[in-house]
Amino acid sequence: MNRVVIVGASLAAVHVIEGLRRNGYQGEIQLVGAEPQLPYDRPPLSKEALRAGPELDRLLLKEPGWYGTQAVELCLGTAAVGLDTRARQVVLEGGRELPYDGLVIATGGTARSLGGPEEVGPVHVIRSVADTAALHEQLVPGRHLVVIGAGFIGLEVAATAREMGLDVSVVEAAPVPLTRVLGGEAGAWFRDHHLANGVDLRCGSALEQVEVTSRGTKIQLVDGTVLAADVVVAGIGAVPATGWLDGSGVHVADGVVCDPTLRASAPGVVAAGDVARWHHPLFGQTMRVEQWRNAVEQGGRAALSLLGDTDAFAAVPYFWSDQFDAKVRFVGVAGGADTMHVEQTGDTSMVALFGRDGVIRGALCVNAPRLLARYQKAIVEQVAWGDVTGTG
Amino acid sequence: MALQITVDLEGCKGYACCMMEAPELFDIDDETGKAILLEERPSADRAEEAERAARSCPASVILVRNG
Ligand SMILES: Cc1cc2nc3c(=O)[nH]c(=O)nc-3n(C[C@H](O)[C@H](O)[C@H](O)COP(=O)(O)OP(=O)(O)OC[C@H]3O[C@@H](n4cnc5c(N)ncnc54)[C@H](O)[C@@H]3O)c2cc1C
Ligand code: SF4
Repeated sequence: MNRVVIVGASLAAVHVIEGLRRNGYQGEIQLVGAEPQLPYDRPPLSKEALRAGPELDRLLLKEPGWYGTQAVELCLGTAAVGLDTRARQVVLEGGRELPYDGLVIATGGTARSLGGPEEVGPVHVIRSVADTAALHEQLVPGRHLVVIGAGFIGLEVAATAREMGLDVSVVEAAPVPLTRVLGGEAGAWFRDHHLANGVDLRCGSALEQVEVTSRGTKIQLVDGTVLAADVVVAGIGAVPATGWLDGSGVHVADGVVCDPTLRASAPGVVAAGDVARWHHPLFGQTMRVEQWRNAVEQGGRAALSLLGDTDAFAAVPYFWSDQFDAKVRFVGVAGGADTMHVEQTGDTSMVALFGRDGVIRGALCVNAPRLLARYQKAIVEQVAWGDVTGTG
Repeated sequence: MALQITVDLEGCKGYACCMMEAPELFDIDDETGKAILLEERPSADRAEEAERAARSCPASVILVRNG
């Protein structure tokens, strides 16, 4: 193998490069990215970079000179538009063809929008540094921000804007925030936390339509309520960026479908990060994880797989989210849990455990970080539910 | 030879990734929410563990050196 092409120039890509060089790969590396910027970090985009306005220098994952020292050829500001897995070539916007021996798909996700832009008007999303710059401009104290969707990113944007002095409403169809990930009881804690910090959180409120008038935007809910917004953000999740793979034969089903070693369905092709769907040996299910640490570790594992290694990717997912003074940390998986146990709960902290088939699979710790390492170990060792919760 | 680990606590955001990666080298302070270095000079055979933790720090504030 002498030519590696990485498509998608972000977190997973940087760790693929590190992994390849650390393990002795000396051939060519070409890094293709649709955005013009060098790879930068996304978690601050809904937090401190949204508050202060994004400064690219401070967000860069690696300083500009690093790519030269790693002998990486940068093709930034150019999207890949096609893939020929038989000729082993990536096709770029403008027609350039890049031949490869090994290809890494690291195109991440795209923020889901409410519909066509003509239908909904100026509704912001947050995925890129450009998105954050545009929204930051609009976050003027005293304005009314309406966030559609109480997922992690929506709640972070709500908390940041509230701290900046805006009036903030959050509209969520489910009965509590984060239900899809955490379920009712844990979600209720987040509802109370946001209400206590002055966010007008409206759960169980489905969106009927968004209407743009000359005097602002009107958000109409199914129950008839109308909210007048100065600024609107849709935080309704992301979809894997796989459009460029259409017709390539690479198997895609809500992400690039990989085997346990992150190899995709075509020879010489691996995937890593938000875009990758793989079978997790510990949890016994296929999953796709949209979290920072997952992209770092999958980047390293995908590099090893390209170099011929055959170990499965079995890391336990871990992520954080900061909302007001709640430092939210989650290890493992909550989706598919058949039982849940609130270990401790109070105004400022909470610990909740998630289990399935008699073993612990996930733990949520809010302002209680020291327990995380212990729960991670219990998840890896598949400790019996009753032993972790003290109910056995 | 030993390793030398340093953490720039001012830049530490308390994400706890270091502890998740290397619980024997890092802990988190319940009061400040920031990292606690459990071993400043671990033996050289802990290099991989220490470097994994450094790579996994979202704030890039962990430095691992030889010597
Ligand atoms: C606002 C925000 C806040 C977050 N906060 C947290 C957090 O607090 N904690 C946490 O654990 N995780 C958080 N995350 C998630 C974390 O940032 C992602 O998991 C991580 O960025 C995934 O990295 P990736 O490299 O897989 O993909 P991405 O970072 O999505 O990068 C993919 C790159 O590929 C490019 N691309 C797409 N299509 C093409 C194409 N056809 N050709 C060329 N390039 C292409 C894109 O432009 C993009 O630059 C957050 C994400 C966002 C957006
Ligand atoms: S991973 Fe980095 S930022 Fe997070 S607690 Fe450890 S040192 Fe601090």
